[in-house]
Amino acid sequence: MTLAVQFTHVSRQFGEVKAVDRVSIDIQDGEFFSMLGPSGSGKTTCLRLIAGFEQPSAGSIRIHGEEAAGLPPYQRDVNTVFQDYALFPHMNVRDNVAYGLKVKGVGKTERLNRAEEALGMVALAGYGERKPVQLSGGQRQRVALARALVNRPRVLLLDEPLGALDLKLREQMQGELKKLQRQLGITFIFVTHDQTEALSMSDRVAVFNKGRIEQVDSPRNLYMKPATVFVAEFVGTSNVIRGDLAKQLCGSDLPLSIRPEHVRFADGPVQGHEVEISGLLHDIQYQGSATRYELKLDNGQTLNISQPNSQWQDTHTGHQAGQRITARWAREAMTVLASEA
Amino acid sequence: MNTLALPQATAAGSPMRRFANLLYRRPNVYLALLLVPPLIWFGAIYLGSLLTLLWQGFYTFDDFTMAVTPDLTLANFAALFAPSNFDIILRTLSMAVVVSIIAGFIAFPIAYYMARYTTGKTKAFFYIAVMMPMWASYIVKAYAWTLLLAKGGVAQWFVQHLGLEPLLQFVLGIPGVGGSTLSTSHLGRCLVFVYIWLPFMILPIQASLERLPPSLLQASADLGAKPRQTFMQVVLPLSIPGIAAGSIFTFSLTLGDFIVPQLIGPPGYFVGSMVYAQQGAIGNMPMAAAFTLVPIVLIAVYLSIVKRLGAFDAL
Repeated sequence: MTLAVQFTHVSRQFGEVKAVDRVSIDIQDGEFFSMLGPSGSGKTTCLRLIAGFEQPSAGSIRIHGEEAAGLPPYQRDVNTVFQDYALFPHMNVRDNVAYGLKVKGVGKTERLNRAEEALGMVALAGYGERKPVQLSGGQRQRVALARALVNRPRVLLLDEPLGALDLKLREQMQGELKKLQRQLGITFIFVTHDQTEALSMSDRVAVFNKGRIEQVDSPRNLYMKPATVFVAEFVGTSNVIRGDLAKQLCGSDLPLSIRPEHVRFADGPVQGHEVEISGLLHDIQYQGSATRYELKLDNGQTLNISQPNSQWQDTHTGHQAGQRITARWAREAMTVLASEA
Repeated sequence: MNTLALPQATAAGSPMRRFANLLYRRPNVYLALLLVPPLIWFGAIYLGSLLTLLWQGFYTFDDFTMAVTPDLTLANFAALFAPSNFDIILRTLSMAVVVSIIAGFIAFPIAYYMARYTTGKTKAFFYIAVMMPMWASYIVKAYAWTLLLAKGGVAQWFVQHLGLEPLLQFVLGIPGVGGSTLSTSHLGRCLVFVYIWLPFMILPIQASLERLPPSLLQASADLGAKPRQTFMQVVLPLSIPGIAAGSIFTFSLTLGDFIVPQLIGPPGYFVGSMVYAQQGAIGNMPMAAAFTLVPIVLIAVYLSIVKRLGAFDAL
């Protein structure tokens, strides 16, 4: 496997602020790689470093083995889909898509054919004559995608491309993007703050926090085996247990993570070595597909429990707020997290 | 504060309050109230006086008695095409075009720098630097330039010390551009026009470049365009409305000016100074009125050309 993009101890400083702090990543060729993190965590800066809109303060960035630090964007074999789409308002859709070919000197017939083909790829054949203002948000997004793909880049960078779309359209585009990536075999580097998006689309995800990478792993491992407290709480929801209770449960000083849906009530079956704990039921929230219970433990910590409403009948278990309840889970479901520095 | 008291309070409020509520319920009344005063000003006083002026262009002027009689004639407008008058029009028009082009070339880099590279205090400094010349009286500036460009003036001193005297003499020798000195040449007049109208060119271009999202330039570079291509394909087309707006200012202001042509440059009337002379010294009000029609028509033609070129499409 060759590396599409390789970061070695890359830092990017803006004055006193370290937007990216000694980040090292290896992104495989043909991979769907996501950069996930809250705003200001450095994920977008990393993307801009690959595109060439920013230059690193320190470290080395290699794109397909070639040192990229110092190269301007127009000398890099990567293309970007911008968050605000950045379509040229004075050109029609076809000219927008053909732009990259035009500036590289591709002949008119060929570039118009390839632009039409790229528009077909994103299901916008026949929209070439329209101006960007005449398109809906979702259509503009597809044009931006076609405009990047028409250049046949080896690496495609996507900067929160689905952020401005409504939920239904976003889910549809997620599926289409993933399909497109498999079909073309291009490396996709996808920046998002939406953890469900990152989990559902990616081969691997890097979780960013305060300019550093907390964990790089497959979606499944990220969820099941979070390495740090930040990952446990940012990717999905988690109960992080600290202090004496953690020591009592696991025998270590490190914090523990247990997912709310892995906790069962005393009456439910548990596979594996059991851990049991009791507390007062504090709050019950009906959420449609699941019900969420908030348990106040005797030491004052809160434990969230999520139970699927998996039966078509009303499975209301008759739990009441204020009731004393015993919760159980398998020892194997707990993950020991890195100590909080 | 109970809900029942609320409707009563609005109904029985002070007259001011009831008036405010009326405006809220009837937005058209509100709009009329806002628009009627400026429309009266613009319609009756501005357009009205302009039309009366143009109407006078049809009156008859008697060369012997110097009397104006309200006998309608087209003679004044026909006289515009007499060679001596037509020369004035051509001279003014070509100056307006040249001034607009030069101002555009000088203004663009300044506007580009202001819009893309300055923030906060630097930007404020540039705004003040661009506008400051407009705080001084325009006549004072024009007079100052006559001294700067005069024989033995500052401009000539610089040229001499830079050893460019032969070049200046050569340029002044070109017919249609030069003259005996800088201050009596077309070149000098053009220089002063460009200086005086430059802020009107810089500010609209700067505003249009300011609205250009930086992501468009990044997208262009990302797609492989070299900086020159990005400029030609993205920056320039999107700043055309600003350039058009600026050129409308420089073009129309030069067309109507009557001070600079009198102070700087070779002898010979401009449209503005001709109007001034006709209605002042000569007292031929109908001919002056006919001449005022010239800039109006030229600007209308200019606007339609600019519109045809698509400069306003991006607005």
